[in-house]
Amino acid sequence: MRVIVIGAGAIGAASALALAEAGAEVVVVDRAGVAGETSSRCEGNILVSDKGPGAEAELAIVANRAWRALAERLDADRGPGQPATEFEAKGGVVVAFPGGEAALGAFAASQRGIGITANEVDASALRALEPHLSPEVVRGIHYPDDAQVQPSLATQAMLARAVRLGATVRVTEATGARVRAGRAIGVETPEGPIEGDAVVNCAGPWAGEVAARFGARLDIRPRRGLILVTVPMPQRVFHKVYDADYVGAVGSADAALQTSTVVESTPAGTVLIGSSRERVGFSESNTLPALAEIAAKAARLFPFLADTMLLRSYHGFRPYAPDHLPAIGADGEVAGLFHAAGHEGAGIGLAPTTGDLVAHAVLGVPAPIDPAPFLPTRAALREEAA
Amino acid sequence: MTIRISFDGDEVLGREGQTIAGVLLASGRRSWRTADGEERGVFCGIGVCQDCVVTVNGVGSVRACQRTACDGDAIEREVR
Amino acid sequence: MKRRVVILGAGPAGLAAAQAALAHGADVVVIDEGERVGGQFWRHHDTLTDRRLQHQWARFERLRGALERATVHASTSVWRVDTEHGVRVHALHGPVDAVDREPLVIDADALVIATGAHDRALPVPGWTLPGVTTAGAAQALAKRDGVALGGRTVVAGAGPFLLPVAASLAQVGGEVVEVVEAAGARAIARGWGRAPWQFAGVAGKAGELGEYALSLARHRTPYRIGQAVTRIHGERAVEGVTIQRVDARWRPIAGTERHVECDAVALGHGFTPRIEAAIQAGCAISPDRFVVVDARQGTSVAGVFAAGEVTGIGGADAALAEGAVAGFAAAGGDPADARMRGPLAARRRMHAFAARLATHDIAPGWTAWLDDETIMCRCESVTVARLTAAAGAAGSSRGIRLATRAGLGACQGRTCGRSVEALLGRPLGLDRRPVLSSVRIGELAACADEAPAASADAG
Repeated sequence: MRVIVIGAGAIGAASALALAEAGAEVVVVDRAGVAGETSSRCEGNILVSDKGPGAEAELAIVANRAWRALAERLDADRGPGQPATEFEAKGGVVVAFPGGEAALGAFAASQRGIGITANEVDASALRALEPHLSPEVVRGIHYPDDAQVQPSLATQAMLARAVRLGATVRVTEATGARVRAGRAIGVETPEGPIEGDAVVNCAGPWAGEVAARFGARLDIRPRRGLILVTVPMPQRVFHKVYDADYVGAVGSADAALQTSTVVESTPAGTVLIGSSRERVGFSESNTLPALAEIAAKAARLFPFLADTMLLRSYHGFRPYAPDHLPAIGADGEVAGLFHAAGHEGAGIGLAPTTGDLVAHAVLGVPAPIDPAPFLPTRAALREEAA
Repeated sequence: MTIRISFDGDEVLGREGQTIAGVLLASGRRSWRTADGEERGVFCGIGVCQDCVVTVNGVGSVRACQRTACDGDAIEREVR
Repeated sequence: MKRRVVILGAGPAGLAAAQAALAHGADVVVIDEGERVGGQFWRHHDTLTDRRLQHQWARFERLRGALERATVHASTSVWRVDTEHGVRVHALHGPVDAVDREPLVIDADALVIATGAHDRALPVPGWTLPGVTTAGAAQALAKRDGVALGGRTVVAGAGPFLLPVAASLAQVGGEVVEVVEAAGARAIARGWGRAPWQFAGVAGKAGELGEYALSLARHRTPYRIGQAVTRIHGERAVEGVTIQRVDARWRPIAGTERHVECDAVALGHGFTPRIEAAIQAGCAISPDRFVVVDARQGTSVAGVFAAGEVTGIGGADAALAEGAVAGFAAAGGDPADARMRGPLAARRRMHAFAARLATHDIAPGWTAWLDDETIMCRCESVTVARLTAAAGAAGSSRGIRLATRAGLGACQGRTCGRSVEALLGRPLGLDRRPVLSSVRIGELAACADEAPAASADAG
């Protein structure tokens, strides 16, 4: 079976890898190359801390386990010149300022109910975990399972492995659909058609646009996220550290600017400070209010950051569905067309299990979890965009 | 007029108005930062390359080639 | 109300723009990172600078005098330019890289981008050793601080700018062992007639360059052409260099190696325009990566003008002429105005001079003097070997950047970017920089309270 994967981001790479491992012949098509967009413009989060009980939490728990094995495989089996995935199971610490303790505690309790390790940390234990935290912070929850990868490198590594299993990567744009007798069989590109037996749409925030080229409907929209990067420095932040209001932002459909603080160090010595969520389409303008708000909140969490030099900022467009669940599985109308998109800022973390669900949908191999909640045929994805 | 600054605790004399890089170079120092175990000092001299950065009175990431030295400034090496 | 013209950069282009905009009745604001106006060309300190190192000083004094009617923000770094709802400039005023700088938010009716250029130094094995600097650094330290880079300095690279650098070093007491120019005799003859300082097309230029040539002769400094420093030696600092003949494409010619002892090397292979403010403002950039301007020095963005090295490397005289045109146009003046005749004619003349500078353009063969261990990106210590391996493995330009960290360090690719791109034979998108100059997180946070631009819509 020959499968065309549109998109070489983390979801496309993980899907290509899972398909190739299950024996398919895979062609990945991306106009920007490997990890050219969303997957290189994010933090590389592999989180369980931000998931409340529900389908996405189950996906996240399974994917978190899958990442540990996958990263080990990818790092052990690197090609020449290829850097490591920088997988780091550093753990996350979610902290509350006065007034936010009760909500955080209740949320953590609900997470423990579905098997997420969420340990209460008092003020003195917090100081031990993060000595440079603001003294204002009164309570925290430690999530030892939170991890991260360098998202661009991890995506490159997944695709490199898929390529060693016979996959090919074409840097060109899927400008049109090849549909024969109502069945998706490939894509048009400026260099000519690429045909196969099935097409998987992993186009991230552009997935709705790609679906439309096949005559399908998929309501996936972009949400802008901004991240600040400091100059490199000796390590002073040891976990992923979030303000407890992070949880509120992920699930919200509010169009206004939302920021929620997440601070962490990278192996390069820089500190990443995130992040914002703005519904502004693919606009790249008017970023200053979000940048300033992120900076202000981060300096409140880690006062030393106020005097730290900013190196750059970057933004990415996170794909999200109206019901904030990813769309993974067969299209409801166009045979041979599959989708894997809409992971909204969690795509890196959810990638390996998403790939497995794609292989299940396309090739019929066993699914790692119940695919039903994520099927693109659910009503929420088929309405006209608001 | 002469100014006195310190570099990693050693007193260094300079002329009023000189940049920190100018003072350090005039004192015979060629480098004052460590990058991946190697010595670095001034390179672009006009504030672009960030090779010459030092910590000044406890504040890091200050470009020595651009910052005018002030009497009493405590300069420290940055190591990466 | 007067039209407010904000000028970024107080070098020759910015100062000429200010003078012309003032002459046309504008409310002029000049912003420069330096403590004093003048830019790199007139970099100075009132007591430390040896006046003999300055050129066209009377012209500078006239331009500086004109600023009495302008608002001048010296020691002020522009870190962001927004052009979404009119032009708005964000800057910080205070000691360089201090923590307590004063935020400035300035709205403009017109903007003149005169941010100049910085030296481009090509990577050479050993170029991270202490004692190796750009030619511009040697010049700046001599002019601004009265300090000679080293006892024995080799000045190497390409272009007539090497000559004033050598002259300055000699003036402040350094010995210049050699001046090494990569362009060959044939290229120089074709480009200039005979030698750059004998170029007759521009009287003032020829005189100035002639002075430098005399200075070299006086100090018995050899001026080598068709040669390059291909390796720099030393344990903890520079101890010597290998100089080789290079062919017309700047490939080193085996068997021509000479060893020269020295304790300093000043490298200048031309200039990189500082176009990040223009890019952030949304200005169109040419394929050779200068700001595209029309006959009025207007960019592709309404109300935004550019002058000087950001529009093409042409030297101070071209910058002065372009600045005058830009300032006048930015103030609402008509370029057909009689007062513009002089600057327009000077601009034509100086563009002819600038065309000759192409004689010294970097030729692609220079990468042959690199070895696998040569550091390309100084900030992140990224070697040639790492870059070439990653270019083979990763597909996208972002992928190469993130896999190697080349261009992601403290200077954000300003130093290495174009050389890395030349090595890999592909653009890496490093010109686009969201943060134009050093700003601290706390300083950015202070903008959270800022009022939106006056003309901002509700979006």
